[in-house]
Amino acid sequence: MAERTFKIWRGNKDGGEFVEYKVDVGPGWVVLDCIHRIQMQHSTDLACRWNCKAGKCGSCSMEINGKPRLGCMTRMNSLPEGTITVQPLKTFPVIKDLVTDVSWNFEQNKRIAPFKPRPRDADGHHRMKQEDVDRVQEFRKCIECFLCQDVCHVLRDHKAHDKFVGPRFMIRLASLEMHPLDTDDRVEKIRKEFGSGWCNITRCCTEVCPEHIGITDNGIIPLKERVVDRFYDPVAWFLGKVFGKK
Amino acid sequence: MGNGPDIKDIQTIEHDVIVIGAGGAGLRAAIECSRQGLNTGLVCKSLLGKAHTVMAEGGMAAAMGNVDNRDGWKIHFRDTMRGGKFLNNWRMAELHAKEAPDRVRELEEWGAVFDRTKDGLISQRNFGGHRYPRLAHVGDRTGLELIRSLQDYGVHSGIHVHMECTALDLMKDGDRVCGALGYWRDTGRFVLFKSKAVILATGGIGKAWRITSNSWEYTGDGLAMAYLAGAELLDLEFTQFHPTGMVWPPSVRGVLVTEGVRGDGGILKNSEGKRFMFGYISPRFAPETADTEEEANRWLAGDKSARRPPELLTRDEVARAINAEVKAGRGSEHGGVYLDIASRLPAEVIRKKLPSMYHQFKELAEVDITKQPMEVGPTLHYHMGGILVDAESQMTTVPGLFAAGECGAGLHGANRLGGNSLSDLLVFGRRAGLGAAEYIKALPGSPAPVADQVQASMRRATDILNRDSGTNPFVIQDQLQDMMGKNVGIIRTKSELETAVGELEKFKSEADKVKAHATSQYNAGWHTALDLRNLLIASEAVAKAALTREESRGAHTREDFAGEREEWVKYNVIIKRGADGSMVVEKRERKPGPTPLVEIANSKIEDLEGGKVGADYK
Repeated sequence: MAERTFKIWRGNKDGGEFVEYKVDVGPGWVVLDCIHRIQMQHSTDLACRWNCKAGKCGSCSMEINGKPRLGCMTRMNSLPEGTITVQPLKTFPVIKDLVTDVSWNFEQNKRIAPFKPRPRDADGHHRMKQEDVDRVQEFRKCIECFLCQDVCHVLRDHKAHDKFVGPRFMIRLASLEMHPLDTDDRVEKIRKEFGSGWCNITRCCTEVCPEHIGITDNGIIPLKERVVDRFYDPVAWFLGKVFGKK
Repeated sequence: MGNGPDIKDIQTIEHDVIVIGAGGAGLRAAIECSRQGLNTGLVCKSLLGKAHTVMAEGGMAAAMGNVDNRDGWKIHFRDTMRGGKFLNNWRMAELHAKEAPDRVRELEEWGAVFDRTKDGLISQRNFGGHRYPRLAHVGDRTGLELIRSLQDYGVHSGIHVHMECTALDLMKDGDRVCGALGYWRDTGRFVLFKSKAVILATGGIGKAWRITSNSWEYTGDGLAMAYLAGAELLDLEFTQFHPTGMVWPPSVRGVLVTEGVRGDGGILKNSEGKRFMFGYISPRFAPETADTEEEANRWLAGDKSARRPPELLTRDEVARAINAEVKAGRGSEHGGVYLDIASRLPAEVIRKKLPSMYHQFKELAEVDITKQPMEVGPTLHYHMGGILVDAESQMTTVPGLFAAGECGAGLHGANRLGGNSLSDLLVFGRRAGLGAAEYIKALPGSPAPVADQVQASMRRATDILNRDSGTNPFVIQDQLQDMMGKNVGIIRTKSELETAVGELEKFKSEADKVKAHATSQYNAGWHTALDLRNLLIASEAVAKAALTREESRGAHTREDFAGEREEWVKYNVIIKRGADGSMVVEKRERKPGPTPLVEIANSKIEDLEGGKVGADYK
């Protein structure tokens, strides 16, 4: 067991500070294991969200050495020597310690009109080819860790929460817009209400995605193209009206 | 009483019905309540979409016959009964098999994107104990698809979601349930939910064991709250150890490795390189299981005349086999066995079919499953036992209290088949919603919480913060997990179970003195301390039920009572709270199953498929 030093941000909305802890790290440990050890040995009231501990639920989002990451998927042996800093997501208001108020994200999801499927085939089945659902399935891998929201500079630096829904909900929109069965037309709202124009394709969101979803290239850019086709290309707009959107 | 805060000063939220727990069962129940016109509150300990359903990997069992059209509800029913060693509630197993396909189609209608067959239909995969490919799936992240589809649909259906809110106790007005007291995790403030009915969907008790696939949430809250409110608990001795959890490194010990690995051709090997499952085929499954590698491989290649590989026997059988191999000294380096998919499928197919397993092993264990075998061993995964419910309505023995999903019981008997959980959540989540709506319609007047109960519940919670000193809740939980692993494990004996019961008494008195430091705001220690009561009630119920059932059946294995005993299939083990507050265990005779269902469950597969048995039963 090797001893490692952590600096963990402790505090609440009124302010806080980094507090130093030392942890004996066992084989294969991840950052979340260390936080649990700190809770048990040093500070039982340390606040940190977690659930599955296997990168499947997206609860333990935090900033480790300044980078948005999942605590459960960050192996200790992948971090450089020296003190490890852990702090809450910067884009969302702090509740306590490593826990932030991410309720804004849940509000955004409510703004997105639900899936509206075409009728079933006569025998009661929906038929879709696997290759036609591959790209939608890629977006649906999202575990809602909100790391992409945290790193998105429109939200993080410009605080334009009222203008742009952020990468997570752009790919939610993409998963509906590209769903072979969906009949709703979402393009106008993607531009006007959800702010697709605010993204300037720095790909920071794609970089931090623990599910390796091609958020920018496979989701946001195609949505932007649909917006451009609709609003700035009259021929495509006309053809779309005549032959359908897909 | 009466020295706590005034009940009028507590935040009060009124709904027709509250659903506690927001995994698949809770979400589906809440959606149904809302559809029935009820004002519905959904209370969950974590953020929405993080419940354990999200961890389910392999799929959702439903006899749709998309991949093999020989499948049908009767075969699914028969598989479920045989997998559950005939201890299942007959009617629940029937309803489940009949209704699961509709629930899958409904989920698709709500936006779920399942993997497709070549013809564009919902694809179905093979799984342990299921005769035909039956699990609708999305790679190995089916649970995520299920919970997200319900969540996205649910937020538009008028449900009021109360996230990061923990229920402490159910409130009763006379015999009837009338709400629950809870607290907001972010502030520590109390909240009183007033409602005409309560649906529990709180999942399992995995946190009583160290090696478990469950997260911090699974502390038996629903079970304990129902027990304290007077509900009966059913067959808690049946705790499912999933055969394949990760064993290395220690920090991920217990994390689930999907049965889909074996469904897609993965094989189990011991340290001698031997494919050992051929040595563990029980007589019940022998006629339908391949006895040579050659036949097993033909089955995998799609030969419909070949029988299934023994790696796809039911979970109880595979877990015991792995346990026996390790005990016999033929285990892997870190005390498991080897699960090999690398030599069975090309690397790109593995990455496509099992992406999250690939990812999980690569990042957490530095193992490339397309090149190396995985090390796996049993992990506490699921509880077949739970709160006793009515098969049709899911109502417990307490009026107005319902239970669905893992915290309810009956469908799975002594052992659950993989894939039958996700379908259980939807079939019985919906039924609980319908049941609650029926109950409320017939309810005379509105029950109201009693101040004394509210104050007693609050005092229990605040005492933990207010006492000057006491034991560390994390340390008690840690020691409890050790004790349960040691004494209430896969293989059980009377002496160890008695030790467990004795030890639990000590844990209970320790838990009464537990102390949480600092304030009530998002305080992990306080939350753990509060959950301890529930964990201890659930642990005691499991240990006492296990001590009572003197046979080995399904997931309950007694070293001192080997094999299934004919007499015991006639009995359930019921647990309830006695008048003096102590736990009462009752061996209760089961009602015999309806004749046509008994015939179907016991039939030879040829007779069932050939129409000799059950043909007239719809």
